[in-house]
Amino acid sequence: MRTEMRNEQFQPPSLLGNLLRKLHIDIPLFIGLLLICATSFVILYSAGGQEVPLLIRHATRMGFAILLMIVLAHINPRRFQTFSVALFTVCVLLLLAVAVMGQISMGAQRWLDLGFFRFQPSEFTKISAPMMVAWYLSERALPPKPKHVLGAATLLIVPVLLIAKQPDLGTSLLVASSGAAVLFFAGLSWWFMLGIVALLASLTPVLWHFMRDYQRNRVLTFMNPEADPMGAGYHIIQSKIAIGSGGINGKGWLGSSQAELDFLPESSTDFIFAVFAEEFGLFGCVGLLVLYLLVISRCFYIAVQAQDTYSRLLAGSLAFTFFVYVFVNIGMVIGVLPVVGVPLPLVSYGGTSMVTLMAGFGILMSIHTHRKLLPV
Amino acid sequence: MDRKFAIKDPLAESRLFLSRIVAAFILILFLIAGLVLRLVYLQVVGHEHYATLSKDNRIKISPLPPTRGVIYDRKGRMLAENVPTYSLELIPEQIENIDDTLARLQKLLDISEEKIDLFQKQRKRNKSFTSTPLLQNLSDEDVAKFAVVRPYFPGVDVYARLVRHYPYGDLASHVVGYVGRINEQEMRTLPLAKYRGTNHIGKTGIEKTYEEHLLGTAGYEEIETNAQARAVNTVATVEPVAGSNIYLTLDIDLQKIAYDALSEYNGAAVAIEIKTGGVLVFASRPGFDPNPFVSGISGKEYKALQDSPDQPLYNRALRGQYPPGSTVKPFLALAGLEYGVTEFNHRLFCPGYYKLPNVDHKYRDWKKWGHGMVDMNDAITQSCDVYFYDLALALGIDKMHAFMDKFSFGRKTGIDLVGEVDGLMPSKEWKKHYRSQAWFPGETLITGIGQGYTQATPLQLAHATATLANYGKVITPHLVHSIISADYADMIGGKADALIPLKTQNVENIIKGMTNVVHGSRGTAGRLAKAITYQIAGKTGTAQVFTIKQEEKYNEDAIDFKMRDHALFIAFAPVHDPQIAVAIIAEHGGHGGSVAAPIAGEIIDAYLNQKKDAQP
Repeated sequence: MRTEMRNEQFQPPSLLGNLLRKLHIDIPLFIGLLLICATSFVILYSAGGQEVPLLIRHATRMGFAILLMIVLAHINPRRFQTFSVALFTVCVLLLLAVAVMGQISMGAQRWLDLGFFRFQPSEFTKISAPMMVAWYLSERALPPKPKHVLGAATLLIVPVLLIAKQPDLGTSLLVASSGAAVLFFAGLSWWFMLGIVALLASLTPVLWHFMRDYQRNRVLTFMNPEADPMGAGYHIIQSKIAIGSGGINGKGWLGSSQAELDFLPESSTDFIFAVFAEEFGLFGCVGLLVLYLLVISRCFYIAVQAQDTYSRLLAGSLAFTFFVYVFVNIGMVIGVLPVVGVPLPLVSYGGTSMVTLMAGFGILMSIHTHRKLLPV
Repeated sequence: MDRKFAIKDPLAESRLFLSRIVAAFILILFLIAGLVLRLVYLQVVGHEHYATLSKDNRIKISPLPPTRGVIYDRKGRMLAENVPTYSLELIPEQIENIDDTLARLQKLLDISEEKIDLFQKQRKRNKSFTSTPLLQNLSDEDVAKFAVVRPYFPGVDVYARLVRHYPYGDLASHVVGYVGRINEQEMRTLPLAKYRGTNHIGKTGIEKTYEEHLLGTAGYEEIETNAQARAVNTVATVEPVAGSNIYLTLDIDLQKIAYDALSEYNGAAVAIEIKTGGVLVFASRPGFDPNPFVSGISGKEYKALQDSPDQPLYNRALRGQYPPGSTVKPFLALAGLEYGVTEFNHRLFCPGYYKLPNVDHKYRDWKKWGHGMVDMNDAITQSCDVYFYDLALALGIDKMHAFMDKFSFGRKTGIDLVGEVDGLMPSKEWKKHYRSQAWFPGETLITGIGQGYTQATPLQLAHATATLANYGKVITPHLVHSIISADYADMIGGKADALIPLKTQNVENIIKGMTNVVHGSRGTAGRLAKAITYQIAGKTGTAQVFTIKQEEKYNEDAIDFKMRDHALFIAFAPVHDPQIAVAIIAEHGGHGGSVAAPIAGEIIDAYLNQKKDAQP
């Protein structure tokens, strides 16, 4: 059976290559991811105040995430398809449980504490939601009919609202966009998309009318963080100073004064890109963006090569969501998008998002390395 | 059957998918190009600018708090103003050793441990680059003392700040209220962006009710600072917008007359301009000095205020719930006429007590030997209890409740002041719900003379009186006359919010009775009629503080002052063109006619004279 993987580019029959193939690892994608992870260690050492324990924690999480990726890469994509509905249902139930527990403890709640392990169901929704929509649409003729688009939207709206209510706007937007990406790749008509955009635009003033004053204020601060220079705006102003002072060549590794002097808040999490830009300059930034672009391109290639509708849609959506991550985070740090809590994928310190992202890449690798093993 | 499989075309689908991937890829390329452009703008075009900011000069964002709106009375006298004072403030992030700095400052200036504690608490709440006050109201001498040693205290400086001041002190403390430091609980719920640089928030009274208008909008400065963290240059400034000024309907002259007239009594006086619903007087005695609350009242001072048996912090005019006593009689008499259960000419013999059929208990009249033969006019004028026992029984409690409710008895009047209470006008339903008991006929009787469960606030009494003088036109009482800011002026009040359908003849009859309370030969407030050229309609009331046993004699001198009845009086004037409605409560004042009525008289007289003087 293994001989059927011949349409893969010719690989020298090295020991390592053989091992990786046995592990169902897609080598180009894996190399791209490792490069990003390496960048993450380099910059985190500087941004986190050169603390080794921080790096060790980061490495532990990363190791776990990569392990999970390899495990998922082994699972036949058929399995994912069969379990899509069950997985999605469990996610929604867990989100409901979190909402109820939040009600009881009278506060915002994102975590579910299982005693030995705490996790955020909203993170898993980032994968289970596109799986669900992909499953739903792959069962139907494409491009999807309006009623099926409506069906998919109905499926999506429940977890999106539950997460938005937590409140975690960043994750909620990512889940919504991952589901929307599936619809887009399934061939949602351009007119339909235009219609939705027009509808949303026309609904805004209506919504505005029904909002209370304090809600309006929140929206205004959200839209324009510079109006709050001591709060969210402070991040943006300091982050712009960091990035701008980096110049073309950057101040060099460990050269970030903004982070060192604690001017830049959250320098190792959501705002890590500002430290990167200060130390490695425009060249470094473009390099990192190219690295991301290569990973995304490989994912798209995998999507195109996929052999059934479900795999295609899921792969396309996972790849696109990865890009949304990058775009929203960098856009926010350089001050062109509102501040929402989205980390720089695979680079920011923090475990949950890394695990989810790597799980996504595991699924992509599974889709790619199991080709031809499926009955066509 | 299932067409969804029938038209599935794998080849077309995969072609469609490929085109979508290409579209997405192009979109991604565009967006990444956008990010790169922005980076070029920041790192190439703006590099020099940002490099200077980042290098030896640091940029700081410093909030500019807005000036709080001023509160005036109706004639433009400042009730709450902003006074510049010197304040010693610390910027924690610029200080290496805070404890050492505080210790050295303590040696230099007189700073109590309590102030240090307060500072430490506030410091934890503020961002480390926020200037946090340690000492306020510095004397010129202290300022000079600090100026000499200032170079040895990096991160410490004296600032001229505007601090809230209440020039009339205790006189209007309950109406105007006061501002105080923002506490931790408020911190959690406030829109923090609006309060940057502002340490104070309205805590009570108008200061709290109209906080949103008074506050204004914060501005900020981007400042470059040198190595010693002193400001060297302002990069950009967004000016703060001052809060709106507020003009009250209150007249501080009348307020003072009322406050002084209450003299040794604890109590309240409320006066409402009948045609507009504007509150002219809103006095609660004793008051308190709101000024110490602004800079942070000491625990000892606050405890003294709270533990005082006179309860100076308590706004009696708004929140004091008293049995209204006989002041409810004109309203109940009107209810009797409106519901048609009695007539104005209906006569009854008052033997000094009233008995329910088959019950031995004697419901006594305040006049032990009785009023003899009385009609409704006499009953109001002489405040005959027996007449109203009989009327109450004829009406029944539910009709009484329904009618009084329209006059805001038992519910909030809706005044623009936080903390208003409902009072209580009982009904069968109320008792069943809150006491889980049936209603007894005896309770109907005592409700008929404003005793029993009935409770009303001085504000409710004044409002009901104004409504009666307005022949049922209900105007929600209000304290704010206008809100004036740079771009708008908002006038409030004057419109009728509801109309109670009343027969004009009935109201005229009741007013006739009330006029006789003051001007009739046997009126309970007869002494008021002397020396006035216009007519006042009023009603006295006496609220029992404790119950006298059957057949026991009420001896005023023998009982303790704290056990003496509350004196009440409601009135409006002039009778033929009602301008002002007043309600007075003098706690433990004894009789409404002798204690409360003269206070009302002084207020009415001063107000009407003012009006006369104003007209050429």
